[in-house]
Amino acid sequence: MSHAAAAVDHQHHHEEHHHEEYSYTGVTNKKVMMWAFLASDCMFFGTLISTYIIYHGKSLTGPYPVEVLSIPVTTASSFVLLMSSLLMALSVAAVNRQDIFQFRLWIFLTSVFGAIFLGFQSYEFTEFVLKGVTVQQNLFGSTFYTMTGTHGLHVAIGVFWLFSWFVYSFFGNMKDKAVDIEVAGLYWHFVDIVWIVIFTVIYLVEFVGVKA
Amino acid sequence: MSTSTEEISTGGHVHSHPEAPEQGMLGPRPSAKRGIWSWLTTIDHKRIGIMYGLAALFFLVLGGLEALLIRLQLAVPNNALLVGDMFNQMFTMHGTTMIFLAVMPLIAAFFNFVVPLQIGARDVAFPRLNAFSLWVFIAGAVLINVSWFAGGAPNGAWVGYPPITGPQYNPGHNSDFWVMGLMLLGVSSVAASLNFFTTIVNMRAPGLSLMRMPVFVWMTIVTNILILLAFPPITIALAQLMMDRMFGANFFNVSKGGMPIMWQHWFWVFGHPEVYILILPGMGIVSEILPTFSRKPLFGYPLIVFSGAFIGFMGFAVWSHHMFTTGMGVIAVLAFSVTTSIIAVPTGVKIFNWIGTMWGGNLRMTTPMLYALSFISMFTVGGFSGIMHSAAAADMQQHDTYFIVAHFHYVLIGGAISALFGGIAYWFPKITGRLMDEKLGKWAFWIFFVGFNMTFFPMHILGLNGMPRRIYTYHADMGWNFWNHFCTAGAFVLAVGFLLFFINMFNSLKHGEIAGDDPWDGRTLEWSISSPPPEYNFAVIPQVTHLDDFWHKKQSGKASASWDGKLIHMPLPSYYPLICGVGMFVFGMGMIFLKDNMMVFLPIAVGGILLLTFAIFGWALEGPGGEMIDPTKESGAYN
Repeated sequence: MSHAAAAVDHQHHHEEHHHEEYSYTGVTNKKVMMWAFLASDCMFFGTLISTYIIYHGKSLTGPYPVEVLSIPVTTASSFVLLMSSLLMALSVAAVNRQDIFQFRLWIFLTSVFGAIFLGFQSYEFTEFVLKGVTVQQNLFGSTFYTMTGTHGLHVAIGVFWLFSWFVYSFFGNMKDKAVDIEVAGLYWHFVDIVWIVIFTVIYLVEFVGVKA
Repeated sequence: MSTSTEEISTGGHVHSHPEAPEQGMLGPRPSAKRGIWSWLTTIDHKRIGIMYGLAALFFLVLGGLEALLIRLQLAVPNNALLVGDMFNQMFTMHGTTMIFLAVMPLIAAFFNFVVPLQIGARDVAFPRLNAFSLWVFIAGAVLINVSWFAGGAPNGAWVGYPPITGPQYNPGHNSDFWVMGLMLLGVSSVAASLNFFTTIVNMRAPGLSLMRMPVFVWMTIVTNILILLAFPPITIALAQLMMDRMFGANFFNVSKGGMPIMWQHWFWVFGHPEVYILILPGMGIVSEILPTFSRKPLFGYPLIVFSGAFIGFMGFAVWSHHMFTTGMGVIAVLAFSVTTSIIAVPTGVKIFNWIGTMWGGNLRMTTPMLYALSFISMFTVGGFSGIMHSAAAADMQQHDTYFIVAHFHYVLIGGAISALFGGIAYWFPKITGRLMDEKLGKWAFWIFFVGFNMTFFPMHILGLNGMPRRIYTYHADMGWNFWNHFCTAGAFVLAVGFLLFFINMFNSLKHGEIAGDDPWDGRTLEWSISSPPPEYNFAVIPQVTHLDDFWHKKQSGKASASWDGKLIHMPLPSYYPLICGVGMFVFGMGMIFLKDNMMVFLPIAVGGILLLTFAIFGWALEGPGGEMIDPTKESGAYN
């Protein structure tokens, strides 16, 4: 039982505290790990998006994407998600200068915007099912739901994560948490960037050459 | 995946006062230092490494018994021991077990035990995430094997090609177990890789620049980058197969336009890097053993390092050589034929460097050295047959025959297992404090070596004579009788070799000669500390100035640095990684049976997720914690 190191004086304790954060590169462990995870996640979404592209135009029966995808609705939801990235940046800036009030405000709004995006996605999925696009219907359905569903799951985890930080800020000390928020921000921005790719490749490119 | 990101949010450097035990959501944190609970809640990389190793050896024995059953069935023509589906289950589980439950975790055991010691660190970057990887691995391994008692084991081969594994042709739960089990193992591997990548990047001792890292550490980081980039494609492919099987999607359903060939691509985009995931750590181990027992520095260290990195890079550019017979078209076949030939070059460079290391050296033929030599020679044989496959025209003849079976067993047993067993013999004194018996060790080695070649060399001949793999019997007049009989005899000799090795391990654990800190006159940092190492590894973090730093310090008489009087900060054990593992196991079981009865199994799956969520929150809120250790008052060992 080494809680028995009771005789430790405070000075000593602080020295050791700094020692614990030793890093060969000077970048914190959490940040290195998040960048590595995002590299891995690139392959994750890369596989999903390539599958969609490879199966594009291969559905044997309708409804086809050009009949159901709605650019106006998804433009609105994409805008909301992009704005949440701005709010995320504001949260990180606020926690860096230890402005807890602003941090709470921005992180709360970030998760609300994320939740609004998820609302749009539920609306979109419901619409599509009503129009006959299901996972079982055709290749478009299988690939579309698997890909956007995985992205939605990432957003949902992000919303949950950021909202937990909002709650935590009321009863926990945010003093040494700037790195954690920054790392959560990296994740959130990445999820947004993936959506930009999905929106471009799956939604916009579909309508190239199609007259309104 | 989500779990590994959630780890980021664990923020809390909860620095409670050392007098009061820290509180988690379940009350006080675990405090057992001995006994079963200390192992279940440990976050010590050495204990986690030992558990990985023991689990891996258990599954190696299990996979070995499966192999013996396969060989018994094939010993004589028209045998009726394991027929049809039972045989399919047996070879599927043999392959899956050996690759994912034996060799990969045995490699993980070495990563865990050796890497922090070789880089002069007190633990990995995320000790609790490390325990999480272990328990999720155990969860996945148990989950797959539960299938034996729940309607039948996976039966679609370790490559799991649909439509054989699709819902139309495989309606039972066999493949569901395989899909969910591999997904859990993927989560475990990716979490471990994030951890070891960060550890090697960030936790190196001062002065341990990249080109001063031991080759094993280099191969570890290359392997972990491969895992990070290769596991997502297979995870998605498994998710697609799961969508097909559980929710009626059409990814591989030909009648709706799906293309089963896409599974093959995603599988091998993962599967070929996986081959290097299995072999690169072995190359690292051999690069540690050879200089030690040749009493010479590694010949061409930078070349070996760059060759390893180049192999890792090229590993992503050769996957379609597994698919030469699928009709990809001339251009694709040519391109992959060329890249496959290219990847032989860095491998050859390494082999020549190892020979150069021994050239003119003062060779000591210890057990680890014998296994290392076995690695070089047998892996070279496997490499040669591999080069034969890069010629697409020849590969058309060899595809799916026993020639392929011979090839990859030369790479995986002659290569990976030789190196890993050499590694066990080499680091056994560091892990246990006792040396393995040399006499029995050499007997075990030679029986292993002879048995291995008896079993697998004739398979080249069988393959070239046209015997296909994955068939459960053959006619007596095919001309395959003698060599099949011979292979089966060899398999039992090989099994005796393994058995003797295990007996040696077990005996030496109790009766082995006391090793001391540095029994081999080693070159790297792990030999500078006691055997077994204390909980905190290094009382003083070493200052590194050279490649083979410990060797240099011994030569210049500066080997022993004394404790500087600072207390050592170590993180505390935790219940939550284990609870995460249990949650994921429950979730997996719920998903597998979801289709049978939604009302029962949906709540089970959701329950698993809730348990996981609870554990993640508990994990985040308790923080890594910390206790201050006085090295003069600690006994050190973990057993």
